[in-house]
Amino acid sequence: MLEIANLEVVYNEVILVLRGLSIEVPDGHIVALLGANGAGKTTTTRAITGLLDMHDGKVTKGSVTFDGHRIDDDDPSAIVRSGITQVMEGRRVFAELTVDENLITGGITNTDRKALAVAHDRVMTMFPVLAERRKSTAGYLSGGEQQMLAIGRALMADPKLLILDEPSLGLAPKLVAQIRDTIVEINTAGTSVLLIEQNARMALSIANYGYVLETGKVVMDGEAEKLLKDEDIQEFYLGLHGDEGERKSFRDVKHYKRRKRWLS
Amino acid sequence: MIGVLAQASTTDFDIFVQTFFKATALGSLYSLLALGFVLVYKSTQTLNFAQGAMALVGAWFLSLVFIDWDFPARWLPGPNWLHWIIALLVAAAMAAVMGMAIEKYTIRPMIGQPLFSMAMITLALEVILRTISFDAVNLTTRSLGVPWGTRIFMLGGARVAWSYIAATAMALLAFVAIWRFFKTRMGIAMRATSFDQEAAMAQGINVSRVFSIAWASGASLAAFAGVFASMSPWPSGGTANRDGAFFVFRALPAVVLGGLDSVVGALVGGMIIGFSEIYAGQYLANYTGVLGVGYQQVIPYLVMLVGLLVRPYGLYGTVEVRRV
Ligand SMILES: Nc1ncnc2c1ncn2[C@@H]1O[C@H](COP(=O)(O)OP(=O)(O)OP(=O)(O)O)[C@@H](O)[C@H]1O
Ligand SMILES: [Mg+2]
Repeated sequence: MLEIANLEVVYNEVILVLRGLSIEVPDGHIVALLGANGAGKTTTTRAITGLLDMHDGKVTKGSVTFDGHRIDDDDPSAIVRSGITQVMEGRRVFAELTVDENLITGGITNTDRKALAVAHDRVMTMFPVLAERRKSTAGYLSGGEQQMLAIGRALMADPKLLILDEPSLGLAPKLVAQIRDTIVEINTAGTSVLLIEQNARMALSIANYGYVLETGKVVMDGEAEKLLKDEDIQEFYLGLHGDEGERKSFRDVKHYKRRKRWLS
Repeated sequence: MIGVLAQASTTDFDIFVQTFFKATALGSLYSLLALGFVLVYKSTQTLNFAQGAMALVGAWFLSLVFIDWDFPARWLPGPNWLHWIIALLVAAAMAAVMGMAIEKYTIRPMIGQPLFSMAMITLALEVILRTISFDAVNLTTRSLGVPWGTRIFMLGGARVAWSYIAATAMALLAFVAIWRFFKTRMGIAMRATSFDQEAAMAQGINVSRVFSIAWASGASLAAFAGVFASMSPWPSGGTANRDGAFFVFRALPAVVLGGLDSVVGALVGGMIIGFSEIYAGQYLANYTGVLGVGYQQVIPYLVMLVGLLVRPYGLYGTVEVRRV
């Protein structure tokens, strides 16, 4: 069980981005985290996975607890070992590495060869496309295949909790449906899921519970079915308001921005 | 004059062959240094200008181990060459430890600082290490106890120094070793880290360990280059020499030409620079009136300049490097 309580995150010591955020991901559940651009969704995943440091971000208040242990001070490697992995926003596959090598990086904290072989087999069965292209350079895969690889990579460590940051972004409807089914499959096999999405319809259709984030705070939460029927949600997140098409393309552009490096 | 007459049987072709081996050897040394530079740059985005000084210190380590400590001959029976190889490996290991220490105490605290500040730190290291090598340990007069010394062999009419063969073999071994290392779990983690540090951390890769290993390998490669560059018949001839520093600095054009972040580039860049320097030295010698004495030392920079005009980011440099 993941518990985020009253979390406050500040970037560069001045920019307050999360203002008292509280969410829970009970074991075995799929929890959806919804919110517009800049609401603080990715910041939330960074806080959970120990990646704030390299963005000059800091937890200034509140806590992140996983299975009863505080993890907000742990380094990313320890957090992965404790059972949390993520599919990062924008996929972030290692384009210069092969499919198999990408999967090896995902299993880097796992030193048990047998467990690794099992995890690898599982990914291959889950994504037959990847099985055919094990030796291909990841950068040459299509967007959908790269998303599958990113998910497969996150599964190599056998996580108890999987965080997906906008996995449907930029994918065709058919692929979105496939990713959705995959998430359900992963969850059914016993992994809890924190699903971050702009595609609220997709997320709420499979989630048990959902939170709506606005400028770093939860402004609404409830059972997924209830949220799905909520008028505000329908208006703001289910595309009944404004033109989705334009927003999509704008967002796609955003993700081609240069990847950040903390050492340059 | 008499010496020249005695070699009258040396044909143009023999000279060409002789020059070829010499060029391959020099290219190998440049490649070795460039490889260490590239590994460090790829992993930690640091331009390590201390690579040359690390090479000198590496040569000093060998002299210390093999000559001063008489290691491992003191305990281990067996042929001299075997002792020497073991001592060389020990020296390389010592260099690796030095590399890790440098990374930990001077580079890691600077993480996040601009590229320029990092480069200044490595330049300062260069000066410090070089000063230690010459003034504190009097490196110039130290023997490296090279088993084959100044020996040469004849290939047809061509005279080839064993040192040339050894340097080439050393570089070959190093490249194969790095190539294989890149396929191991740790090597994959290193490549992943240099491609996308945050994504690597998100997988649980211990990036500090990656940096440490990168600097360790960079320093060992420098040590190998330093040892093989200090052998006869290179100008310093069997002792670690002050000239070595300049020699080693000339590997920079190889790095820049090949591309800062490319292992293949290190190999190709090193070879191109080595070949152009040696062949120019051999065949343009009659034009010193026009080109000036010592012109061949300018050749690497000329070749680099021309290369950069054609390909601004090096022959194998990737797009990402363009941001730097
Ligand atoms: N490294 C950073 N330094 C400073 N501010 C940042 C940094 N990263 C994010 N922010 C700011 O924090 C706020 C939340 O960003 P975050 O990326 O968490 O939003 P998000 O909900 O994931 O948005 P999106 O849907 O666009 O991915 C934004 O206003 C953003 O500008
Ligand atoms: Mg985001």
